[in-house]
Amino acid sequence: MEPGSKMSDQGRPSAVGLLFRQINYQNRLFVRTPIAAFFTLVFPLIFLILFGALFEGVDVAPGLEVDPAQFYAPGLAVFAAVSATYTNIGIGVTIYRDEGVLKRIRGTPLPRWVYMGGVVGSGVVVAAVGALIMLAVGFLLYGLEMDIGNALPAVVTFVVGVASFSLLGIALAAVAPSGQSAPALANATLLPVAFVSNVFISVRNNPPAWLDLVGDIFPLKAFADAFFSAFDPFEEASAYKPWLLLRIGVWGLFGALVAVRKFRWEPSTGAGGASGHRGRRGRG
Amino acid sequence: MPAVTVTDLKKSYGTVRAVDGLSFSVGEGEVFALLGPNGAGKSTVVEILEGHRTRDSGKVTVLGTDPGTAGQGYRDRIGIVLQEAGIERELTVREALVHYGACYSRRRPVDEVLDLVGLTGLGDRRTHQLSGGQKRRVDLALGLIGDPDVLFLDEPTTGFDPSARRHAWEMIEGLQDLGTTILLTSHYMDEVQVLADRVAVVVDGRIVAEGTPDELRGNADSETLVRFRFPEVDPNSGPVVELLGGLAGRTSLRNGVLEVYTEQPTTDLNLLTQWAIGQGGALEGLEVTTPTLEDVYLGLIGGDHGAGVEDV
Ligand SMILES: Nc1ncnc2c1ncn2[C@@H]1O[C@H](COP(=O)(O)OP(=O)(O)OP(=O)(O)O)[C@@H](O)[C@H]1O
Ligand SMILES: [Mg+2]
Repeated sequence: MEPGSKMSDQGRPSAVGLLFRQINYQNRLFVRTPIAAFFTLVFPLIFLILFGALFEGVDVAPGLEVDPAQFYAPGLAVFAAVSATYTNIGIGVTIYRDEGVLKRIRGTPLPRWVYMGGVVGSGVVVAAVGALIMLAVGFLLYGLEMDIGNALPAVVTFVVGVASFSLLGIALAAVAPSGQSAPALANATLLPVAFVSNVFISVRNNPPAWLDLVGDIFPLKAFADAFFSAFDPFEEASAYKPWLLLRIGVWGLFGALVAVRKFRWEPSTGAGGASGHRGRRGRG
Repeated sequence: MPAVTVTDLKKSYGTVRAVDGLSFSVGEGEVFALLGPNGAGKSTVVEILEGHRTRDSGKVTVLGTDPGTAGQGYRDRIGIVLQEAGIERELTVREALVHYGACYSRRRPVDEVLDLVGLTGLGDRRTHQLSGGQKRRVDLALGLIGDPDVLFLDEPTTGFDPSARRHAWEMIEGLQDLGTTILLTSHYMDEVQVLADRVAVVVDGRIVAEGTPDELRGNADSETLVRFRFPEVDPNSGPVVELLGGLAGRTSLRNGVLEVYTEQPTTDLNLLTQWAIGQGGALEGLEVTTPTLEDVYLGLIGGDHGAGVEDV
């Protein structure tokens, strides 16, 4: 017992300082959650290596010296980025809400937007790491090429994409009933869309109209196509795709709207909030 | 000016009236306890004061502000120990304290807080490797890290072993010496008796008794509690009414047990035994004791809630 040491007032910490702290904290939570790290970073890498083996020596178009990796490496980079944001945020935040971590956080002076900023900021960092790994492996092992002049458009697309998918991840957490259902919800919404969005397999050459349409409704195809244009050997026009970015951004705004209206910080009650059987802590 | 004021507070969840017109105030530096059975509404009151829940009506102030509309500046001055809240399993105890501490303008040194709650030497342990009681201490530590002016403790010692409870009591007394205002909820009479300057007994969202622990015990010291199993006769029949009316003490019949709180045990026992012999029976399970605060409490909350006291 040390009742002597009343603390001096250091003043309210700055919001920017807190935000960096918060991003750091989320990054630390991510690297210490092996399952999340696996699905975000290793899983797309396995796809990359599998595709590398499957499409070895396949000609993209007759007479053209283009490696298939040129198509699937950027696609898998986008997939990793979306896993790092939409899926990870949607699942992670929901679990923390269930466990009462969010409620604890809400009781502290940490501004709520700083908490959200940390979630999004860390999602962007992890997404960048994931995408860079995919591209690096593509460059090193599978002959991926990129016109250096397209680097900036690729970065711009990437930032718009991951920011929007982060917001959609928060929206997913806002509507997910529980941490148990969140992974199923995330995968059920992401994977089918991914198959029609040029992420795993390219449906760019004469796809059935309805597939095209389904892909066009959701933001993933816009993200994959815009990002791919920086790597597209046949692209004549600029690698900036404002219309695609707009489509992604609109979805991001929609996510923000859902999050603002529906986000809850408290574990859902009814399941036992008041009777105390909830949570991982088996007290009492 | 009191640190906490609550006036005619009401809150319902659907048809459940969790808090039903409750008023009290807590002076600066005072330790105030809400005591009551499961579901009495204690957590609801505390969480309204913390800003976690909305209220239906009534007036509430903490440190001069309305927690319902207060912002970050308010949360900077309070400490919260929820009845139940998770901790990031990925973090060590020290990391959690450093991280949560960083958002307060005043913070206690992490090592000091670890010592205070009895987690010395466990700072580098991951939170998911702690026992239930040790996790509870982390909750306490996180409530203290921002050096709060008002500390809310919702059943802070539930899950503690006896020595940890003693330790927590010492800690809370130490905080009180520093001038921290503390609002605590509890099911434990002994805890409230040791810690609280004042106690409010809450049943079904209302305060049924309020005062210092000694006042609550009232004239318990001068009273004797006579208790026995009441025979299966109609308690409203003439002879029974006459018998109970003739006793000097207060009576209550709960779960088939008659309790008589009396300052004249000899006369009352005499009346009771004569009546029993007249019935041709006996005073089964007869006990003659001095009432404890627990007896007083059980009397206050009524028979229905008796089971709640042992709970959790
Ligand atoms: N979120 C909620 N939704 C619906 N009903 C609730 C909710 N929270 C509490 N209640 C109900 O309100 C009443 C008061 O609950 P509260 O948690 O405030 O009691 P308590 O005194 O803290 O009990 P305990 O000692 O068990 O912690 C109970 O009947 C409870 O079932
Ligand atoms: Mg409670």
